[in-house]
Amino acid sequence: MSELTPSAVKGGAHSPARHDSAAGHVTGRALFLDDVANAPGTLHAALVLSPHAHARIRRIDAGRALAAPGVAAVVTAEDVPGRNDIGPILKGEPALAAGVAEYVGHPVAAVAADTLERALAAAALVDVEYEPLPAILRLEEAIAAGALVSPAQVIERGEVAIALGYAPMRLAGDVRCGGQDHFYLEGQIALAVPGEDRDIAVTSSTQHPTEVQHGVARLLGLPLNAVTVEVRRMGGAFGGKESQATIVAGIAALLAWKTHRPVKLRLRRDDDMRATGKRHPFLIRYDVGFDEDGSLLGLDMTLVANAGNVADLSPAVLTRALCHADNCYYLPNVRLRGLACKTNTVSNTAFRGFGGPQGMFAIEAVVEAVARHLRVPTELVRRRNFYGIGRNDMTPYGMTVEDNIIERVVEELEGGVDLPRWRAEVETFNRTSAVIKKGLATMPVKFGISFNLPTLNQAGALVHVYTDGSVHLNHGGTEMGQGLFVKVAQVVAEAFQIDLEHVRVSATSTGKVPNTSATAASSGSDLNGMAALNAAEQIRGRMAQVAAAHFAVPATEIVFSDNRVFAGNKSLSFAELAELCWRRRVSLSATGYYRTPKINWDFKTNTGRPFYYFSYGAAACEVAIDTLTGELRVLRAELVQDCGRSLNPAIDKGQVEGAFVQGMGWLTTEELWWDEDGRLRTHGPSTYKIPGSRDVPRVFNTRLLADAPNREQTIFRSKAIGEPPLMLAIAVWLAIRDAVASLADHRLLPKLDAPATPERILAAVDDIQARFAALPAEAR
Amino acid sequence: MAAIRFLLNGQWCSEDSVPPTMTVLDYLRTVRRLTGTKEGCAEGDCGACTIMVGRREEGRLRYDAVNSCLMLVPQLEATAVVTVEGLTAPDGALHPVQHALLEADATQCGFCTPGFAMAMAAFQHGGEPARDELIHEALAGNLCRCTGYRPIVDACRGVAGGALDHLAERARADAAGLAGLSPIAEYRQGEQCFYFPHTLPELARLVKQHPEAQLWAGGTDLGLVVAKERRWSPALIATSFVPELKRITVGPDWIEFGAAVTYSEALPYFDVSFPALGAVVRRLGSRQIRNLGTMAGNLATASPIGDTIPCLFALDAAVVVRSIAGARPRTMEKFITGYRRTSLAPGEFIESIRLPRLVQPQQFHAFKLSKRFDQDIAAVTAAFRIALADGVVQSLRAAFGGMGPTAKRATAVEEAIIGQPWTASTLAGIDQALARDFAPMDDHRGSAAYRLRAAANLLRRLQIETARPDLAGVAPLRLEAL
Repeated sequence: MSELTPSAVKGGAHSPARHDSAAGHVTGRALFLDDVANAPGTLHAALVLSPHAHARIRRIDAGRALAAPGVAAVVTAEDVPGRNDIGPILKGEPALAAGVAEYVGHPVAAVAADTLERALAAAALVDVEYEPLPAILRLEEAIAAGALVSPAQVIERGEVAIALGYAPMRLAGDVRCGGQDHFYLEGQIALAVPGEDRDIAVTSSTQHPTEVQHGVARLLGLPLNAVTVEVRRMGGAFGGKESQATIVAGIAALLAWKTHRPVKLRLRRDDDMRATGKRHPFLIRYDVGFDEDGSLLGLDMTLVANAGNVADLSPAVLTRALCHADNCYYLPNVRLRGLACKTNTVSNTAFRGFGGPQGMFAIEAVVEAVARHLRVPTELVRRRNFYGIGRNDMTPYGMTVEDNIIERVVEELEGGVDLPRWRAEVETFNRTSAVIKKGLATMPVKFGISFNLPTLNQAGALVHVYTDGSVHLNHGGTEMGQGLFVKVAQVVAEAFQIDLEHVRVSATSTGKVPNTSATAASSGSDLNGMAALNAAEQIRGRMAQVAAAHFAVPATEIVFSDNRVFAGNKSLSFAELAELCWRRRVSLSATGYYRTPKINWDFKTNTGRPFYYFSYGAAACEVAIDTLTGELRVLRAELVQDCGRSLNPAIDKGQVEGAFVQGMGWLTTEELWWDEDGRLRTHGPSTYKIPGSRDVPRVFNTRLLADAPNREQTIFRSKAIGEPPLMLAIAVWLAIRDAVASLADHRLLPKLDAPATPERILAAVDDIQARFAALPAEAR
Repeated sequence: MAAIRFLLNGQWCSEDSVPPTMTVLDYLRTVRRLTGTKEGCAEGDCGACTIMVGRREEGRLRYDAVNSCLMLVPQLEATAVVTVEGLTAPDGALHPVQHALLEADATQCGFCTPGFAMAMAAFQHGGEPARDELIHEALAGNLCRCTGYRPIVDACRGVAGGALDHLAERARADAAGLAGLSPIAEYRQGEQCFYFPHTLPELARLVKQHPEAQLWAGGTDLGLVVAKERRWSPALIATSFVPELKRITVGPDWIEFGAAVTYSEALPYFDVSFPALGAVVRRLGSRQIRNLGTMAGNLATASPIGDTIPCLFALDAAVVVRSIAGARPRTMEKFITGYRRTSLAPGEFIESIRLPRLVQPQQFHAFKLSKRFDQDIAAVTAAFRIALADGVVQSLRAAFGGMGPTAKRATAVEEAIIGQPWTASTLAGIDQALARDFAPMDDHRGSAAYRLRAAANLLRRLQIETARPDLAGVAPLRLEAL
């Protein structure tokens, strides 16, 4: 590939170009799926959800619903003409519950009517006879019952038992982190429009149009070429519109198939939160052996994920969790076990980080426990165990960490904030403050980039140059707000050396670029940027040939620059050359393709090089807690994030800040609460609390690591940015623990799971005070 | 047939065929095809549906940000509505808040953006200064899941106090337009009817005639039932057109708030006379909610948590209940009778709420505990009116919300404390007293154990803050003070 240098074009690579839809966003003119005018005759759909966590469906009587005004159809699993299976990894995951409902909120039937009002009213009239069955609601019950959705996974290296046996010191413990609802502001929605000759066109708010295409085709028993799926933009997704979008689109398509009319299914917020999956809660159990210096000699750790009722993406989430349970640390003797447990709750799914956050949460709990045991700063223990360069650089899964810059990143962070002085200020405050206690913690992050499954690391693009020099760009990636469209457009503008305004990105469609992967795993611009560059370079090469003939110079002398094409001091505008190509009968259209090099993974041994490279970051965070109530304020966050050579620093900064706050929500206020009948009671923003503007740290500084081009040949040496900074927020959780630990003079390990709600913080405060008071006087 | 008349982005609308229970959000998106206003939750908690509603006030137009998902179309009667489409000037020029959001890279997915733009436009239009606590107050009703808010807050800071744009002109035109409107009495569609009484006797008569009717103040609680559960009673009676119910009377012994006075309208009075109540109310819902919602509405639905209800108990508020027979004050203890139940008989309604002024040496303190500081429903709300003399508790009215089926006074706690020295040791056994007063339940807002523990600690906080002012000088006693 070519290494292009910054140029005079407006909005080229590395420029802080604004989001392409920003003006549409602020004026309300950017159209989301529900904003598009409905075609005449469009029906609206509503779901019938199971009220039981586990029940046999004895009978579904749609008679009353069908008799209600405006109702066109009711569908159940029986109506699926093809295969009622939308499992993304394993088979046997129905779009509509078949025979058995497995969680409260499981779609059992769906109604289409001429208005949404009538569809909702009729959904309440579908009579379903259930026979309740015993349900497994808690993770412990699932572990006890050995209920798994997929086989256990183990990553093992060295001699764990021996290392633990010989380690001078040893600690065991457990810790938990909760799930998280995506809370994309735009709920799940799809519109299915039947066409001629069994064609069906689906517009879906999805991160994965190809999976929706596959799901719809399977449900309807159609070949893939009969189903076209399109998405222009999503109102947020965060992983929640990867496999979950297929449920919604599949049911809409089924209703459209049955009624021969366009059907729109838009989930209301409560239904969305009840019926669709979330981040996996994890229970972590560890046994760690270490020495006086804090070197981690042996670690035996089990990560238990609550997968919910079916596997969905859980096996892959678990793999990524295990592959991040090392974070930045060399673990010479390690056994990481992963279990994805089946419970009668909604099936958990992809969520920004995809298991990575839980894996890092686990190891950071271990490192903190070791540091507190040794009564040394956590930073010291971390440094002792960081991956080395040229030594101690092999991950538990057998990949050599070749691009390690964690020490540099941590130094930039700590140097920039004067950590010792900051810590002294916190300690001074705590000495005099009776009620409010502060805490301070840091967090290093190393996050692997590429889908763990090598196959998925491929992408396609389609580029057309028109005779006026304007460029039409299409690729397999989807826009969910992350700025992918503008980034890839910048790549194409850079390749043609034309201003960004001449590149127009169109809606993602399975009809334009086929067989795509989800826009996920932070890989959107890495994959699609390269594919688009490949397409643009093909066209540029052909254009250069035409220009060379035109100017009678060798093609190597043709230079694209500043919206023109030069041969020495002679030039044509880009548009003139495009016109000339057409007249010379040279194609101005190309498909581009990219596959990530170097990666491999052996599912039998759980070893290989799953990641093309790593992205690094570090955070420091100060919090204050109220020891009377457990309330929390995050006072300050300092972030340093590696973006390689950022494709767009403005967009990347937004990703870092947004991910951090989202991660902070996961670890603090966002609590999913199920009652004893398995009903989610936090199913709307009135009960499920994502961060608000006041919750953002008052001092909130984000720096993108400078002069850090990716050592791998990624798109213009940039790095992926979507997920890694989310894990910086683990600093918030650690800082809360630090504040709690201050109540026992930092001599005891706090007992505090996530999310650290006021209730959990107060319980941790009471617990540590009681334990501290019980210590013999000389130990205090 | 009577029509609902209002200005929408400067254009007159006269609606005589939409159902009275249609939400303004659905109306804008489906009838008017103004799709810039989004539905994020349909429960007034995300702000994506924020619009501005202008009302004439002393000849001028005041625009308030509101949640269109909770408002019914008849509530637009005699108002001037501005949606995001109307924020942009007729010539297409962006409003300063739109420009600021653009410049700050404050949009990612863009779904929440129109709602933020409207909340910010109302903030700017109100002329408030660029103080962070005001900005957060103005934005607390809007959720963004992408940006982490930093650029949005920066944008809001940038426009605060800035020059007004074409909206100022719009406000003048809207005010003039609304001036000549003659009142309507009712809006009827099929079996549904929305009544607009304009005098107190008229209201009393309607309430008597339609005992099944729901009184509709801001609709922030009842609107939720319509928007989410699609349930409504056939007759709705608006309270906000009755001038007596919009009145705030400052008397020598008490301050009286008419039943249709919104939280936003009452706040300046709370801030002067009961600052702790003001602080609690500032965390009740969001501005969008407080611009519609009323204390009387909160009281009439008898929420077990109801942020203001424990305050009303502690302040010994009187609820003035009116019927066709006349008006009589009722104590809080007599008014709240059970879980979401009041002593209001058919034909009765709340006319006003009287808050007795504090007399020396009374102090009033209130605390709210929730997972999120802003716009969250409390796990526990506590309110105390306490009088101290020579370090001894002379009198105490203590009330809690979130601790049982109703908010109520903690009489065992009061007994344990009154007459005692106001020291930490007096509170040593307060947990037991609380357990006699309350048997809270476990739910998604908190476990029973947490509620009891935290409630006891709120008494401890009260003691520290009122008896140990010396400590506050050393270190802050509350997170808000940091």
